[in-house]
Amino acid sequence: MKNAFTIFKKELRSYFSSPIGFVFIIFYLLVSNAFFFFVQDFFKQGQVSMRGYFAAMPWVFLFFVPAISMRLWAEEKKMGTVELLLTMPLKEWEVVFGKFLAAFAFLAITLLFSLTIPVSLAYLGKPDMGVIVGSYVGALFLGSAYLAIGLYISSLTENQVVAFIISLAVIFVLLLIGIAPVWLNALGTIVSVCEYISLLSHFNNVTRGVIDSRDVIYYASVIVLFLYLNIKNIEARKWR
Amino acid sequence: MIHVDGLTKRYGKATAIDNISFTINKGEVVGLLGPNGAGKTTTMKILTCFISATAGRASINGHDTFDEPLKVKEQIGYLPESCPLYHDMDVATYLAFAAEARGVAADKRKLAVDRVISDCDLGKVTRKLIGHLSKGYRQRVGLAQAMVHNPSVLILDEPTSGLDPNQIRDILALINNLGQEKTVIHSTHILSEVETTSDRVLIINNGHIVAQGTPQELMARSSGTTVYLTVKGADAQAQLSGAAFVKQAEKIGEGKDGFIRLAVQGADARDVSLDLFKMAKEKDWLVSELKAETASLEDVFAKLTRG
Repeated sequence: MKNAFTIFKKELRSYFSSPIGFVFIIFYLLVSNAFFFFVQDFFKQGQVSMRGYFAAMPWVFLFFVPAISMRLWAEEKKMGTVELLLTMPLKEWEVVFGKFLAAFAFLAITLLFSLTIPVSLAYLGKPDMGVIVGSYVGALFLGSAYLAIGLYISSLTENQVVAFIISLAVIFVLLLIGIAPVWLNALGTIVSVCEYISLLSHFNNVTRGVIDSRDVIYYASVIVLFLYLNIKNIEARKWR
Repeated sequence: MIHVDGLTKRYGKATAIDNISFTINKGEVVGLLGPNGAGKTTTMKILTCFISATAGRASINGHDTFDEPLKVKEQIGYLPESCPLYHDMDVATYLAFAAEARGVAADKRKLAVDRVISDCDLGKVTRKLIGHLSKGYRQRVGLAQAMVHNPSVLILDEPTSGLDPNQIRDILALINNLGQEKTVIHSTHILSEVETTSDRVLIINNGHIVAQGTPQELMARSSGTTVYLTVKGADAQAQLSGAAFVKQAEKIGEGKDGFIRLAVQGADARDVSLDLFKMAKEKDWLVSELKAETASLEDVFAKLTRG
């Protein structure tokens, strides 16, 4: 665990070692706030609720989260530093977990800056803080699932752009299958399977501020599955 | 100590190394020599547990690279080919990271980093970003990270590639210094490097070890000394070819005024320049050049790796 923390520190520092990290955060805040206040017309709704903000989150994260995870392995592979990293006395899971934690921390820091919205809401009226806190926790679960997928895909390529696009595509499909089968109601069980697999359907409860243990288990499973695949893929380098 | 036994690595159908065995004793500096693609890097990647062998075993200080990779990794310092580093980190931060990741205790880390900074002469650039450093400095940072935990075994893949002659001399001096207390295996295709630094040389070609020994032993396996003689005299080439101490006298050029240039090899591979001088004196030949050249490691290398 100590070793995972070493990797965590290195990766988190790397996010802020260039202006890119800050630019990313500012860009995210601009886009998400503009979406909430202007596209969804917060000021005409007459409600101090962040429901719209969180409802848009799976789609906003679709573009932002793969950008956080894309470089984590791809850059190491491209620069060759992966060879040094994996010949240090660290276990593969420690490296994978450390990288994941750093990406998670960066996402959490980004979300931290969005707390200006609930603060503004509290100033304008009496929002239900329980719902907002619940939604933030849910958003972290959703983002973590995206990160685990993106981190795994980053380990498959040495090209960051490829990692970004494939991650986006995979997450997009996992979101879409939560909606599309509604048109295919005739297929019955397939619909419910798709709904269960989709990252989106599990987020619906979250936007209402409900943290259902089934959703938590689902997101935790996605995270564990992709981190596991990631570890196995890193170990498999030895046999290529 | 490094022990390698019957090591084989295949990438798909291509065999990178084929049944290689060698032992490197504690405190020895061994040069791994071979043309590009000979299998030097593959051997090192297996020793450092980055990849696994298809067959055979390798161990470092008694720890098997397959069964105990963490133990092996603790014992070694590794500088991969082309010296990959994090360009967005400054030198001191990077070395502190390397020390932490390689398990140097928190209270000894600063000392360890300061030691390698002075050993590798990095004092002037500690706060510079690695991406902004020259190739020579980067190489030294690469060496520094390999030594920061004071490992007993150093594995250096082409530590001098891309450096200028002064930098090469510095790095070689450093390796020489390290060799006094550590086991070092370094690869190169520059032969003069192993002549000056290595106790022993392993020459590998097409995945096989084709020769090993001290640089002197290897040179002795060459064709010996060739004497270049530019001479003018009646029938000189024929008379030389007939002399008892000459194995071969080959005409390699024609000078002005009837001089010819010959490459003469002695009968028992020894330097025959004195015999040639005496013979020329007896026969009253005119001599304008008499030069003995001992085969270098380059010749041995070329002979062994070109078949």
